[in-house]
Amino acid sequence: MTESNSHGDSRVVLSSDDLRRALARISHEILERNKGNRDLVLVGVQTRGVHLAHRLAANIGSFEGFEPPVGSLDPRLYRDDPLQASVNPVRPTSIPVSLEDRPVVLVDDVLFTGRTVRAALNALSDFGRASTIQFAALVDRGHRELPIRPDYIGKNIPTGKDERVWVKLAEVDGIDQVDLIRTAPVGAEA
Amino acid sequence: MTTTRKTPLATDETGANGQVEGAQPSNSQLETAPETIHHLLDVDALSRAQIETLLDSSEGMLEVLGRDLKKTPALRGKTIITLFFENSTRTRISFEEAGKILGADVINVSVSASSVSKGESLYNTSLTLQAMQVDALVVRHPHSGAPHFVARHVKAPVVNAGDGLHAHPTQALLDLFTLKQRIGALDGKKIAVIGDVLYSRVARSDILGLAKLGADVHVSGPPTLMPSGWQPGAAPVEPGMESVTIAKRIEEALDGADAVMTLRIQRERQDAGHLPDLREYSNLYGINKARLALAKPGAPLMHPGPMNEGVEISSEVAHGDQSVVEEQVRNGVAVRMAVLYAVCAAGKEQE
Repeated sequence: MTESNSHGDSRVVLSSDDLRRALARISHEILERNKGNRDLVLVGVQTRGVHLAHRLAANIGSFEGFEPPVGSLDPRLYRDDPLQASVNPVRPTSIPVSLEDRPVVLVDDVLFTGRTVRAALNALSDFGRASTIQFAALVDRGHRELPIRPDYIGKNIPTGKDERVWVKLAEVDGIDQVDLIRTAPVGAEA
Repeated sequence: MTTTRKTPLATDETGANGQVEGAQPSNSQLETAPETIHHLLDVDALSRAQIETLLDSSEGMLEVLGRDLKKTPALRGKTIITLFFENSTRTRISFEEAGKILGADVINVSVSASSVSKGESLYNTSLTLQAMQVDALVVRHPHSGAPHFVARHVKAPVVNAGDGLHAHPTQALLDLFTLKQRIGALDGKKIAVIGDVLYSRVARSDILGLAKLGADVHVSGPPTLMPSGWQPGAAPVEPGMESVTIAKRIEEALDGADAVMTLRIQRERQDAGHLPDLREYSNLYGINKARLALAKPGAPLMHPGPMNEGVEISSEVAHGDQSVVEEQVRNGVAVRMAVLYAVCAAGKEQE
């Protein structure tokens, strides 16, 4: 398969240590904001958001002595943009507890247009009326198309529309690292 | 990691969070993304990757089916018409439920095949439904190839819900899904397919699908109910079935099988002279406790339904611990959700 940098420049914007520290900070912020509420539930957006949610839950467990339950959500069936069903299978959503009257933190790797978050909010509402829904993203790359803002951000990374953010996580990619990749304009000279 | 994944640089204009969704196949063994499926007419045309993607999606759909609130807006505003020229309650209801859970409007049309003159009428019906802006057509017809005919004349995706003796792809997919859930990956697993292969579109589609997923398929049934040219001890002559074994004796097919699929015997076959007597069939090929015991302990027993209890399957095993008949029905809804979603999505991608 094609190496990622054969199509354009790639640079590391978060190292493994940066990523770990960002997640530690977000974990503290979640605890602070929710005043240690033990009803807290974390819900990750498939696939990488789920891994991030598990890491946040483990952090909270070590800081506070209670580990919030983690759910996983595939918002695909709630999206309003062209479907990609035949390329990406729909994955099971797993919400371990009723969300009724509990504070929920939705977790994803990258916040971009906000459309995934919109779909995820609709999906979450089918699992009970949460007391609050907050949103944590490891990277906010801007270019919102909907009035959606994150409550917790690992790092703001200003990007161009022609750039891509690739969050690599050890669970999926074998390494913790965030790359910013500039795609070469079509027909550009090498 | 040895995983090969699609380049994350593929253009993703669909508003995912800047992550390229195509870069993250859940099953990373997919070296290339499977091509979109427009029509689902038979198993023959599906690649292994396409089958696996549909089965993976079925898992997600099964979760939706199990929710308290089982409704999603995925196909909101889409109209799906089920066009049945042959009676079938369970398949029609299964498609209808699948479409409705995904938020589509489903309209059921039942046509008595005898009341239409074939060919031209099917053509006109297709054009009429097309003019009504239908988004997907689910077609069942007593004549092989009828859904293919419809597919040639409408733009909307067509899903074959069973045509003549030819194919029943969603039944095959739900059987594969049920097997995968029960016994895991099918590579090298021995699957016994017992009964009326000649008249069974289910058998044909199942055998092809199993072979595509690498299963070791052993078929057994009365010689009069085997397709012509199918010789015991050899492989069927059909393309895609080279790995299949036609057993010399039913015991050979069942011996140590990881799963047993028994096929429905239609009583009209006896009238046609293919079977001397249903009781004799039951004695020689019916799946009962003794025959099922030849398979691996706990091997799932499948039947596409509706069952003739006491003919191809004894009541004892039909309702026994190893029977997965009800799971097949439940999984059928999930698989049809995955299929309808996939073909409606493919339609949308082409716009």
